[in-house]
Amino acid sequence: MPDQHLQIRNLNVWYGDRQALKDVSLDIPDRKITAIIGPSGCGKSTLLRSLNRLLETSRSVRVTGEVLVDGENLYAPETEVTHVRKKMGLLSQRPQVLPMSIYDNVAYGPGIHGERNRSKLDAIVERYLRIASLWDEVRDRLRSPASALSIGQQQRLCLARGLAIEPEIILGDEPTSALDPKSSQNVEAVLMELKKDYTIVLVTHILRQARRIADHVVFMYMGEVIETGDMEDVFKNPRQDITRQYMEGVIS
Amino acid sequence: MRSRLRNYAAQPARSVMTGKQESGVMKLKRIDTRKLEEGIFKALMILSTCVVVSALLVILGVILFRGFNSLSIEMVTARPRSGYREGGILNAIVGSLLVGGGATALALAMSLPLVFYMNVYVRRESLTPRVMRFVMDLMWGVPSIVYGAFGFIIMSTFGMRASLGAAIIAVSLLELPIMVRAMDEVMRMAPIEIEEASYSMGATGFETAFKVILRQTLPGLATAVLMAFGRGIGDTAAVLFTAGFSDSVPTSLSSPAATLPLAVFFQLGTPFMDVQERAYAAAAILTFIVLAVSIVSRLVARATSRHVVR
Repeated sequence: MPDQHLQIRNLNVWYGDRQALKDVSLDIPDRKITAIIGPSGCGKSTLLRSLNRLLETSRSVRVTGEVLVDGENLYAPETEVTHVRKKMGLLSQRPQVLPMSIYDNVAYGPGIHGERNRSKLDAIVERYLRIASLWDEVRDRLRSPASALSIGQQQRLCLARGLAIEPEIILGDEPTSALDPKSSQNVEAVLMELKKDYTIVLVTHILRQARRIADHVVFMYMGEVIETGDMEDVFKNPRQDITRQYMEGVIS
Repeated sequence: MRSRLRNYAAQPARSVMTGKQESGVMKLKRIDTRKLEEGIFKALMILSTCVVVSALLVILGVILFRGFNSLSIEMVTARPRSGYREGGILNAIVGSLLVGGGATALALAMSLPLVFYMNVYVRRESLTPRVMRFVMDLMWGVPSIVYGAFGFIIMSTFGMRASLGAAIIAVSLLELPIMVRAMDEVMRMAPIEIEEASYSMGATGFETAFKVILRQTLPGLATAVLMAFGRGIGDTAAVLFTAGFSDSVPTSLSSPAATLPLAVFFQLGTPFMDVQERAYAAAAILTFIVLAVSIVSRLVARATSRHVVR
């Protein structure tokens, strides 16, 4: 494989006494969609959130191991956490717009990272709303509250907002699970388009979704990575029994 | 044989009947008691609503009735003359607004960082916020005369006179727990995902607090501030020893100040009917200020809720 800029080495995560990730080592291929699949509670969201160190905000967690972006360890003590997060755009399970206008939602990230120029911000907002295929729907009401958008539009707005910080990696935590089928399709189509330029890591519990859009699959069970490989391989010829059982719906 | 048959035929039928009847009666009975329950509670609720509303109306009525003769434009535009028999209570109105406003500003300067710390910088339900909530509840329960006495001790230790500044400090202590707890409740309601969304963009805690959480909670924060202001402006005991009392409008933090509650207190304490009447007029003015504040707080809350995410 070509050298990947996102690598995970011996990552362990504990919530209090409970170990949520057990010695996870992974290479995430560049400019591809990697789907993390597995039964609920298997640690897939934890793995995703450990990638941008978002775990630290909400719970008492302990993390050991390394997450390397371009060879730089995100968990090294000298690493600035805000820089880490700037490299990753996150799409959460339920779209969470910020309490401001549509425009300001997209401009928020560039703003905090130092972009003050109005016309540049205008260009950024338009560019990423277009990429998220939301521009035509909101161009006339950029100043109205983001919370007034439909939930499908909100998720695409979150995508535009995440892209506006110019990340290298897009993280999606079941990004379509709260959406209706049509909106899901929209988001999937946008992700397929984006993988030309970004490395995408997607947690999903929908196997068919993984099949539709993933190039690479990581199967997790009880906090461990059981199997990884090309999507076709893992789905057609799973090497482990437990992967096959999960694929066949014996366990879920 | 016949009778037996009839018996046989009748027995199960009767038992079914009686069974039905029994359960039917039981159901009816149960619905009856439940209906009664419902009726009693409804009556109680209506009764207490009436008591609350009429208490307010009676208070307003008495104040207005007793103070009506003394209410005039002069009351709010002039300083008192000849021992509060003539002139107005401009000194107390301005004093109250300054004490209330100053104390609210001071309390806000202390509570905003505190609630941000409790809700954004550390986990909301971790030890520090829980301890702080408990401390604030204790402070809330401290009678305002204690804050007055405390302010008085501080004041005399530093050789200050009773003054506007001392009153502001005492009242701000009184307002602090009210403001902090009200703001804290609002911030705890803000979805944690909003914070995460901001952090995931690479925002710092400061940016998350002031650019995102502040916007989300602004309507509630405005209400909290104005609620604390309403309490502060109306409090008597905290300013009793600390404000001093003066017939002139305070011009600096170190000059003594009158406040409306004190004006009411002192005027009611005189044996003269006409001065007592003026006390009610002062009470009416105070009540109207508080009323205006709560109306303004509603308007502000509505005006700032445009972008709030629900």
